[in-house]
Amino acid sequence: MLMYMLRRLLQMLPVFFGATLLVYFLVFATPGDPIAALSGGKPMSPNVEAALRAQYNLDQPFWIQYGLYLKNLLTLDLGVSFSGQPVADELARAFPVTARLAVLALVFETVFGVLFGLIAGLRRGRFFDSSVLVLSLVVIAVPTFVLGFIFQYVFGVELGWARPTVGSGAPWGDLIMPGVVLGLVSFAYVLRLTRTSVAENMNADFVRTATAKGLSRSRVVRVHILRNSLIPVVTFLGADLGMLMGGAIVTEGVFNIPGVGSLLFDAILKGETPTVVAVVSVLVLVFVLANLLVDLLYALLDPRIRYA
Amino acid sequence: MPDTQHTTVPGASEAPSTPRTGKISKRRIEHFVAPLEETPLQAVDSVREDSEPLGFWAESWRNLRRQPLFIVSSVLIVLVILVAAFPQWFTSVDPRSCPLEFARMGPQPGHPLGFTYQGCDIFARVIYGAQSSVVVGLFTTIGVVLIGGVMGALAGYYGGWLDAVLARLGDIFFALPLILGAIVIMQLPAFRESRSVWTVVMTLVIFGWPQVARITRGAVIEARNADYVTAARSLGLSKFGALVRHVLPNSLAPVIVVASISLGTYIVAEATLSFLGIGLPASVVSWGNDISSAQISVRNDPHILFWPALALSITVLSFIMLGDALRDALDPKSRKA
Amino acid sequence: METLTNTAPAAPATEERPLLDMRDVEITFQGSNGPVKAVRGANLTVMPGETVAIVGESGSGKSTMALAAMGLLAKNGKVTSGQILFDGRDLAQATEKEYQAVRGDQIGMVPQDPMSNLNPVWKIGFQVKETLRANGLGGKDIDGKVAEVLTEAGLPDAERRAKQYPHEFSGGMRQRALISIGLACRPRLLIADEPTSALDVTVQRQILDHLDGMTAELGTAVLFITHDLGLAAERAEKVVVMYKGQVVESGPALELLRNPQHPYTQRLIASAPSLSSRRLAGGTTGETVAADDNVIEVEHLTKVFKIRDKGFRKTEFTAVDDLSFAVKRGTTTAIVGESGSGKSTVAKMVLNLLEPTSGTIRFDGEDMGRLSEKELFRFRRRVQPIFQDPYGSLDPMYSIFRTIEQPLKVHGIGDAKSRQNRVRELLEQVSMPASTMHRFPNELSGGQRQRIAIARALALEPEVIICDEAVSALDVLVQAQVLNLLNELQENLGLTYLFITHDLAVVRQIADNVVVMQNGQLIESGTTDQIFAAPESAYTANLLDSIPGGQLLV
Repeated sequence: MLMYMLRRLLQMLPVFFGATLLVYFLVFATPGDPIAALSGGKPMSPNVEAALRAQYNLDQPFWIQYGLYLKNLLTLDLGVSFSGQPVADELARAFPVTARLAVLALVFETVFGVLFGLIAGLRRGRFFDSSVLVLSLVVIAVPTFVLGFIFQYVFGVELGWARPTVGSGAPWGDLIMPGVVLGLVSFAYVLRLTRTSVAENMNADFVRTATAKGLSRSRVVRVHILRNSLIPVVTFLGADLGMLMGGAIVTEGVFNIPGVGSLLFDAILKGETPTVVAVVSVLVLVFVLANLLVDLLYALLDPRIRYA
Repeated sequence: MPDTQHTTVPGASEAPSTPRTGKISKRRIEHFVAPLEETPLQAVDSVREDSEPLGFWAESWRNLRRQPLFIVSSVLIVLVILVAAFPQWFTSVDPRSCPLEFARMGPQPGHPLGFTYQGCDIFARVIYGAQSSVVVGLFTTIGVVLIGGVMGALAGYYGGWLDAVLARLGDIFFALPLILGAIVIMQLPAFRESRSVWTVVMTLVIFGWPQVARITRGAVIEARNADYVTAARSLGLSKFGALVRHVLPNSLAPVIVVASISLGTYIVAEATLSFLGIGLPASVVSWGNDISSAQISVRNDPHILFWPALALSITVLSFIMLGDALRDALDPKSRKA
Repeated sequence: METLTNTAPAAPATEERPLLDMRDVEITFQGSNGPVKAVRGANLTVMPGETVAIVGESGSGKSTMALAAMGLLAKNGKVTSGQILFDGRDLAQATEKEYQAVRGDQIGMVPQDPMSNLNPVWKIGFQVKETLRANGLGGKDIDGKVAEVLTEAGLPDAERRAKQYPHEFSGGMRQRALISIGLACRPRLLIADEPTSALDVTVQRQILDHLDGMTAELGTAVLFITHDLGLAAERAEKVVVMYKGQVVESGPALELLRNPQHPYTQRLIASAPSLSSRRLAGGTTGETVAADDNVIEVEHLTKVFKIRDKGFRKTEFTAVDDLSFAVKRGTTTAIVGESGSGKSTVAKMVLNLLEPTSGTIRFDGEDMGRLSEKELFRFRRRVQPIFQDPYGSLDPMYSIFRTIEQPLKVHGIGDAKSRQNRVRELLEQVSMPASTMHRFPNELSGGQRQRIAIARALALEPEVIICDEAVSALDVLVQAQVLNLLNELQENLGLTYLFITHDLAVVRQIADNVVVMQNGQLIESGTTDQIFAAPESAYTANLLDSIPGGQLLV
């Protein structure tokens, strides 16, 4: 197990370096003056320009630039935004909000996705199954920001069940609706994945053998069908975190949530490339680490992995 | 021949694992023979000659044709493509003429869906907006399938260092989710200033190909190890020949399914980027842009946002439904020999 | 176990009541093309402590019968008429709850495939434990009990083994674990569905011996499902032969074997390789061929694979170790070995699809290691393979015509018209109707696909055909048909066969010479008659001895 974790960790390193290098390369290797790129094409004072040059070590060769950028990233020295605030501070304020949002979304999609998927899989071909399947396709097809507006309008404005926008400090209660919106598309994927997996496992030989042992139906479903069906779901959750990050930007924009997504959204609107690069790099780091966590969970669920 | 026949076999039962001469029961065991007229003997392994010959694609087509999901989605897709290709057939109103005096007005004769915040005809904009979505979706899919397909096929088929390098490369792109990656590129001044349908397509292709490469690689590896490939190789077919003639055709099905579903998700991605203000330029009539500009008035005039959102969702839905129907029809696991 | 109430008419006190009595059973499956009757009017009785075997080909309904007795039919299957009396109580219409009470401690099961029947995510001990618990045999020292039943099934070091996962077990050990689960709650009836078909013969024999001993000791009745008549006759007191969903004959095992009445049973016995003791007629014998006319000469052949071990180290694995043998022209040489013996690696190297690490393979005196691309291409015409899996060896995208035409096209033989005629001719040679040409592999049965594969192999008029387990996946009757076809073709075309197989019974039917392999090494080689009459090594003797039913007909 320890060997497995160590190996996964080692495999993560090149991925992390590669991804950050990619981001860095995309920003600094596109045609034009990097300073112009960093400033978003706007004219700026020589002071700011000098600060940018220092932050990004533009007088150094590319590899040293990248190395220093990495060093800054890992020490969370993320530079200063156009408004003069350290990006790290802004990120520190925004991060807990987004983390809460993401946790809500993850809990929602996993709990309900697995539950509905299990029922649909056990009753394959029946009414519940077919209606849930069509519904999941619709959910996947409607973009997150449209879902956001629909929820905001229906539940926030018309029905008044929830506050259409999130209040200051982003309390948990206000985040429930945005969390559901954010998790909705992934919920549909989790549901479909669980359904397929349950249907497959239902026909597995070991499930028939378990029944033949005299186990009760509920035990067979819990211990043998559901348990085994969770393995592909966990794998999916790892990849899904990336989708959630993209979705968070949109959701936070729609619901006015002061999270990492909004920070990024504002930075995009203002053309603040340094902030965008810094935030995206941190997100990549988070994503890679979260995937490591998912791998750990995966190994816990599937003993075959630990020794592979 | 008698129906049944009684035999008594005396003797004691054998102790286990002695030389195996069979077990002999102490009980009387009836020797039953079924009457031959009730259990006629049939030829061993005869060929059925009554049915029509049916190849893989022919059979898939027959399965597909019967699926309501496929019929609905393909009708919708044909409609969307027609609208995208010939918008002038569906409306005579210019989507770019936006007299401010009509702003936010409800439906009028000749303008069934009313007007936007700027006074543009919503119906005309929905009709003309189809083009950019379809073009982005279609060309991104083509690009992604070409690049991802070739990369995945080569990596899966030849393996070795090529596979290792491509796998790492795929992992790296995987760590940078599509929307995040697209944001980084699209917000760069170099892209911002020359935004068009093609820059969006390019960006989505850059971050979309690893997924298709993964799927293709998996399918190719599965097909590569099949006995019919070994058989073809021992007939004298070259390694590359076997790839083109046997491995690729047999790996196509999952790629087609993924391509169809991805087409839908690329349309969503384009709309999302446009919504964030870094996708298509505002001058291009597109659903994403229209939704983006309608959001300021969502509380008072939800219908302005509703129609482009509905058009977008239906288009995406039809491609995803098509993919789902294709998966059911093409998946060898769901049909038995 | 007198707890069950008796609802059947009381039997005379003097006569024993059957433990399982299936009367006039009909089982129907709802398919996509309407209902299909998988079993019709079948009768079956198992007396307490008795071993009964159901024998039949795939699709005969034998497994369906057994599953129906446990209420384990697939969702679309139902017992549509008849009775399933277990200890006098009718289970045919029993509810799931009632079945649950019967399963485990009344009727146990040992399934077919040890690889797929244990849940990969739970420890072996856990899977035994839940069986005991579900049947109220928990008690205090449950771990001790788990170790006990595992030990009974012949699993050494049971306490440690119980803490391992299925993937850490070999196939034979998994099957032992499954046997211990099946017998853990001391059922009165054990249903064993092809319990050893997936295992090597020697392991099969060990496990069946052990199962025999255990059930005899516990007084458990066994319902044994098998496709192998020899195995059935050897292990059961009573044999029931099923064909197309019906019972065609049943009776005392040996009586049935020696005096079969129904033509199907007769056909089955005539085809069963394990029961025959001769080479199929028509083949050549080693003596008629000039002693030194060798088509293939293999010398000191070695193949070492580098496999990645845990971490980053690579270990070497010698799949074939210094192997030498020769194949005489116009004869059949069989390479026999159990799984992991390296026999298929040899086939790949002889086909020139895999490069030997060292050693030489000479074809007609020419060293194949030195062939140029062009010469290799010409060589391909002379040696052709046939593979094991009839479902994998034909490209599903290719029509039968394109499949057989392909070799002609690759080698640029003839024009479109002459190629079409040649395909017709080849189909005739493998006794397939010409109309098959337009069909696709998925429309053909396994045996038919195998015949198409033979036609493709023959297209280039090769001298040598390498059959890699070519008939192993086929049902007995179809297997016999294909073997006869191969034999005929050899006679008519003067072919040389290199026959790779794990099945010694088949070897006796088709081979002139035998090469026995174990762990990549040559154990012994000689003529088939020599090897079967007087094996030199203990390994071969054990292998021969493990052929089920081998000693029954003599």
